[in-house]
Amino acid sequence: MIEVRDITKRYGELTAVQGVTFTVDKGEVLAFLGPNGAGKTTTMRILTCFMPATEGVARVAGFDCFEQPLEVKRRIGYLPETPPLYHELTVVEYLTFVGRLKGLHAGALRSALDRAVERLSLGDVRHRLIANLSRGYRQRVGLAQALLHDPPVLILDEPTVGLDPKQIIEIRELIKSLAGSHTVILSTHILPEATAVCQRVVIIDGGRIVAVDSPERLSARLRRSEKLSVTVKSPPPDLVKRFRALPGMLNVFDQTDPHVFLLECELGRDLREEIARFVVEQGWGLLELKTVSMTLEDVFLHLTQHEEGLGGTAEASGTVQVTTTLEGQPRP
Amino acid sequence: MTPVQAIIAKELRSFFVSPVVYVVGAVFLLIFGILSYLAVVNVGARAVQLMQLQGAAAQINLNDMVFRPTFYSTAVVLLLVLPILTMRLFAEERKLRTFELLLTSPIRINEVVVGKFLSVYLIFLGLLALTGLVPLILSLFSSFDWKPVLTGYLGLALMGALFLAAGVFTSTLTENQIVAAFLSFGLLLLVWLLGALGSVLGDTPAGNVISYLSFIEHYDRMVRGLLDSKDLVYYLCGVILMLFLAHRVVESESWK
Repeated sequence: MIEVRDITKRYGELTAVQGVTFTVDKGEVLAFLGPNGAGKTTTMRILTCFMPATEGVARVAGFDCFEQPLEVKRRIGYLPETPPLYHELTVVEYLTFVGRLKGLHAGALRSALDRAVERLSLGDVRHRLIANLSRGYRQRVGLAQALLHDPPVLILDEPTVGLDPKQIIEIRELIKSLAGSHTVILSTHILPEATAVCQRVVIIDGGRIVAVDSPERLSARLRRSEKLSVTVKSPPPDLVKRFRALPGMLNVFDQTDPHVFLLECELGRDLREEIARFVVEQGWGLLELKTVSMTLEDVFLHLTQHEEGLGGTAEASGTVQVTTTLEGQPRP
Repeated sequence: MTPVQAIIAKELRSFFVSPVVYVVGAVFLLIFGILSYLAVVNVGARAVQLMQLQGAAAQINLNDMVFRPTFYSTAVVLLLVLPILTMRLFAEERKLRTFELLLTSPIRINEVVVGKFLSVYLIFLGLLALTGLVPLILSLFSSFDWKPVLTGYLGLALMGALFLAAGVFTSTLTENQIVAAFLSFGLLLLVWLLGALGSVLGDTPAGNVISYLSFIEHYDRMVRGLLDSKDLVYYLCGVILMLFLAHRVVESESWK
């Protein structure tokens, strides 16, 4: 449904996006994940024909974003970073205007409007001026605008910003309900969001794609060892050394808290029992022992912060080359 | 409803919920009223003078004494007032980031530009129609030649279109409305002064060309009751040029 090949965008000297390639299948929900200024918005703007790419091809539903922008625009619902709202209009007036721009008329417009108002629970504010709406409502009006003409492709730039937790859940449910019938690209820097609603995640940093995969597989791929966190009541000074001597142990880090140790064991070996026995037998007092799983957040931080260590260009979509050794201490 | 109509409807709605149109309209109509009142009072005083001198009711030409000076002064008023109407058209879209909505909707840029121009032009024509009360009321009490009045109004309508198109263009250049208004004011004043520059150069080819470029020469002829196709062509081309430039600026937005 969406095909992006080798997109590069330069603003004068600054390269915002470089060699970005990915595809999105029909009905898929894809998340763009990346720190601010990573190139998420730029990529979205290229896809929505707001600006052309300096190099490369972007196609939506088979239409080239540069050659046939009107055809592409007809098929896309776009929520920009700042919801594009006219403050002097009421919600209904605004949605009517947007509907007309999208080519909806009379009956179709009315039913589309009612559906969007209902989907985003805007019924209470339909005749209020947008200027007087709270931030959450404004964001929802922006979403209603994107969904209004029921486009096959939705591009949502940080759709849940400014919403309260209940609304965030509602919007995530809404996006999930769109999956299958609609192709959705959304950008976010809220990681649980990506895990909650997306089948695939594109991690983008410094204008380059660092990884493309499902959230689960991303964290699995980066897990090169089992990690345990151990809290000991009265550790002897050479405990780090003693832990290292255990069979199957790869590395031991002491933390800022002198009682807490982080152990890295060989992949596929569970050393919890042995460590428990070891500490208890020596009478040091075992207070806590737990496995540390790598969350998407860790993956994200590793990929975007240790960028120089990565062989990090994902060549075809769905493949990741992560050739980094995860130096430094993983976050507990 | 076509995209152009949708944009006109939305812009008119936006104009009428903001105080700008009411303030600008009220000030414009008030000044127009005062100008024509002063002209009429002036004529009255002259008539009394002439009566005392000649001892009989003198023939006073209202076209020369009332309408022509009023039309000339109105040109200056429009120069000051119309940039205020156009300044928000694109500058505000930029500021509020609604530009992104327009440029990612399945409409053409020229539809946006033309829609916005037509919306503000309709407002201007409405104001102009209201000033029509002055000649209508005067016609109840005296007789004058309607033809130059009508060509004068046509001149105002055409010159207003040019002013508004220039304002639409400058509004695309910036996100600051005051800058947009001032730019169009400056641009128009500059073109106006070309007329003076042309007359300094006199009847030379360069002088004629420069004079032709100034809108005031063309307006002057219409106020005097002359209807010439070259004046109509001048305004038409001016409007198209300005809207074309506006289109270009909006289009280039995406190439930055």
